[in-house]
Amino acid sequence: MDKNIPAEVELVIPILPSMELAATKTAQAVADYLDLDEEKTAEVTMALIEACINAFEHGKGVENNVYIRFILEEEALIIEIKDKGKGFDSAKVETPDINKKLHSKSKRGWGLQLMRELMDEVVIESGDTGTTIKMTKKR
Amino acid sequence: MSDDKFSLSVDEKSDVVILKTNGYINNIAGEQIADTCYLKIDEGKKKFLLDLEKSSIVNSIGVSIIIEIIERLQEVDGHIGYYNLAPIVAKTFKIMGLVQYSTIYESEEEAVSDMEKK
Repeated sequence: MDKNIPAEVELVIPILPSMELAATKTAQAVADYLDLDEEKTAEVTMALIEACINAFEHGKGVENNVYIRFILEEEALIIEIKDKGKGFDSAKVETPDINKKLHSKSKRGWGLQLMRELMDEVVIESGDTGTTIKMTKKR
Repeated sequence: MSDDKFSLSVDEKSDVVILKTNGYINNIAGEQIADTCYLKIDEGKKKFLLDLEKSSIVNSIGVSIIIEIIERLQEVDGHIGYYNLAPIVAKTFKIMGLVQYSTIYESEEEAVSDMEKK
């Protein structure tokens, strides 16, 4: 069957506990449509969970929604995750290392690293009015 | 999807505590796993296995709490391992470096056998 691509799917999820799972269900449907294999689908799902959690943390209290756009292309699946929080400087986010995390107060801070490892490309645009994470997985 | 609601069961084989998880391992599930491990550590247990067959989705906050368990086990010269991991969960554990301080096994038999030798 010929695929009707390019195409887009938009999703708005509230910042509520475990609501990132709602996004993963849409991701699964989109990945199925694009015939992504099981490994790539799982990587997209995991990266999306991390992007949602990141957006929940930064967007909370400003506008309690996160906006997700799935862009289905011939060569790739692109996912944009946008929050309207105050933003952060991704250049200042230290690459996590378990050797440093052990015996330190915070064990967290792995989200960006996981996204970068699991996706083919991750671009972060962040400012005073919000953050958009654009993740690409090649088909 | 069975991953939405989390539950945990605990079993013991010789001196190895086996925690079988069921559902999404997020911060809440991670804390539940940690609380159970800490109770067992307080009882003198030092060897732990997580059967993750029914947890095909995790997030980094939940896994960060497993790093806390590793830290606590280091204080008592204890060990933790995992088996029945979905490939993406194993990959996440590798990216986060858990394999440097704990072990991924292929099966319960292999896991229990190796743990008993520690």
